[in-house]
Amino acid sequence: MFRRNRNIAAPLLFLLSFIATWQAWVWWSGVPAWLLPAPGQVLAALWEMLPVLFRHTQSTVLAAVTGLLAAVLLALALAVLMDFSPWVRRGMYPLLVFSQTVPIIAIAPLLIIWFGYGILPKVVVVALVCFFPVAVSMVEGMEAADPGMVDLLRVMGFTRWQLIKLVRLPAALPSFFSGLKIAGTYAVMGAVIGEWLGATSGLGVYMTRATHAYQTDRVFAAIIIISLVSLLLFGLINLLARLSIPWYFKERSND
Amino acid sequence: MEIILEDIEKSYMVDGEPLPVLGGVSAAVGEGEFVSLIGPSGCGKSTLFNIICGLTGPDRGRVVLGGKTGARAGEVVSYMPQKDLLLPWRTVLDNVILAREVAGENRETARREARELMPLFGLAGFENSYPAELSGGMRQRAALMRAVLARRRVLLLDEPFGALDAITRTRMQQWLLEVWDKFRQAVFFVTHDIDEALILSDRVYVLTPRPARVCLHLEVGLPRPRRAETLTDPRFLALKRQIMRALLG
Ligand SMILES: Nc1ncnc2c1ncn2[C@@H]1O[C@H](COP(=O)(O)OP(=O)(O)OP(=O)(O)O)[C@@H](O)[C@H]1O
Ligand SMILES: [Mg+2]
Repeated sequence: MFRRNRNIAAPLLFLLSFIATWQAWVWWSGVPAWLLPAPGQVLAALWEMLPVLFRHTQSTVLAAVTGLLAAVLLALALAVLMDFSPWVRRGMYPLLVFSQTVPIIAIAPLLIIWFGYGILPKVVVVALVCFFPVAVSMVEGMEAADPGMVDLLRVMGFTRWQLIKLVRLPAALPSFFSGLKIAGTYAVMGAVIGEWLGATSGLGVYMTRATHAYQTDRVFAAIIIISLVSLLLFGLINLLARLSIPWYFKERSND
Repeated sequence: MEIILEDIEKSYMVDGEPLPVLGGVSAAVGEGEFVSLIGPSGCGKSTLFNIICGLTGPDRGRVVLGGKTGARAGEVVSYMPQKDLLLPWRTVLDNVILAREVAGENRETARREARELMPLFGLAGFENSYPAELSGGMRQRAALMRAVLARRRVLLLDEPFGALDAITRTRMQQWLLEVWDKFRQAVFFVTHDIDEALILSDRVYVLTPRPARVCLHLEVGLPRPRRAETLTDPRFLALKRQIMRALLG
């Protein structure tokens, strides 16, 4: 507990001095609020707009979480398929890497043409952004399963499908969760990008409107909310990892 | 006979060159028998076990398990590889009952039986620990317990005590004999250690360096139960000399 406090203390100190410098700079230089609002003003805007922000946050989070789940399910299906068929693996893996080079921003307008202004295009953007890290970590984790273990269970008489369930998937979980953590931080960002390009609600929509009105303090307030939500999602994924792979953390603490 | 190996040959391709590993090995293990296989490191002992298990096929020769050709290996033998290979994500209890789940047996029934046997395997109190929390000796015992609980007619043990210190090793040998006495499965046992082979076995096969062939086949014939004194018995020493001569060529 003591060490933990010390770990938090250092970054907190830097953050506070950064905010203090910012506040001092704004006072001293008299820069106009629409260009750079003071931290105090941002907090005031945050407090004032809290109910509105809350409503927008809900729809952003819904899109982010749904998209992330969709990416996980797709990645799981692909990983299992690749394990069953080396042919699918050889065919799909390069495509997977290639898909990562397609800029999502560029295809997002297409998504809006195809799926309209509702939640669906946002979910698709999030799923596209999250799919790669989740799929790669899952596929590589499954491949890293100890071949001796797989052989041993095969001799015992387990079927291919049971081997996936008993060895490959559990062996992939540590790697999968590190991929999921990365994807989790992308997810909220993906949803916001989806909203910038066209939507009726969400933090991205709120930011666009605030920007157009030069309400820079509100833009900053939205940024704070986005960071907090991403952080929360990251923490939740971490917690989920702790709960579902306790053996992994025991192994590490023994080293 | 539980296992009959007839003239097994096997080569691996290494850098495009065939590496002959087994050069015609013949051996047999009878019902309830304890048989050891001694050979220099790298001569192909693990390869032979992989062939018995059906993980790889022989280039020539025949494997007969449980009296009939073409039996699925896993129904006759239970394999304990050189590494313990416990599943890190399962508790000790769920690791040792693993083989029982193949047949779709009820987990609770298997667990109940395993719980009762924990003291015999020196694992009482560790049922709910993960493998990472066990010592090397305990992991070996858990791996052995998993093999025994599979309830197959033959146990294939590949250097189960290779990684242990001398004292733990001697203890484990005594204890393995108790387990063998209780469950009466046949055991096919790979080791580098001559004393270990003689203390444990009814019969011993000695292999030559690669490509391996059987260069000596011994009936041990020392009375059981065998104890520490057996190690200084003149008959024991004579057998040991014979094996050393065969190994050193
Ligand atoms: N899959 C493989 N491909 C190529 N060569 C192999 C393979 N498996 C084993 N070998 C080679 O076959 C030889 C015998 O290996 P094996 O593991 O059977 O020896 P061993 O007698 O069990 O040795 P040890 O006592 O050290 O465990 C070694 O030279 C090894 O390099
Ligand atoms: Mg070996």
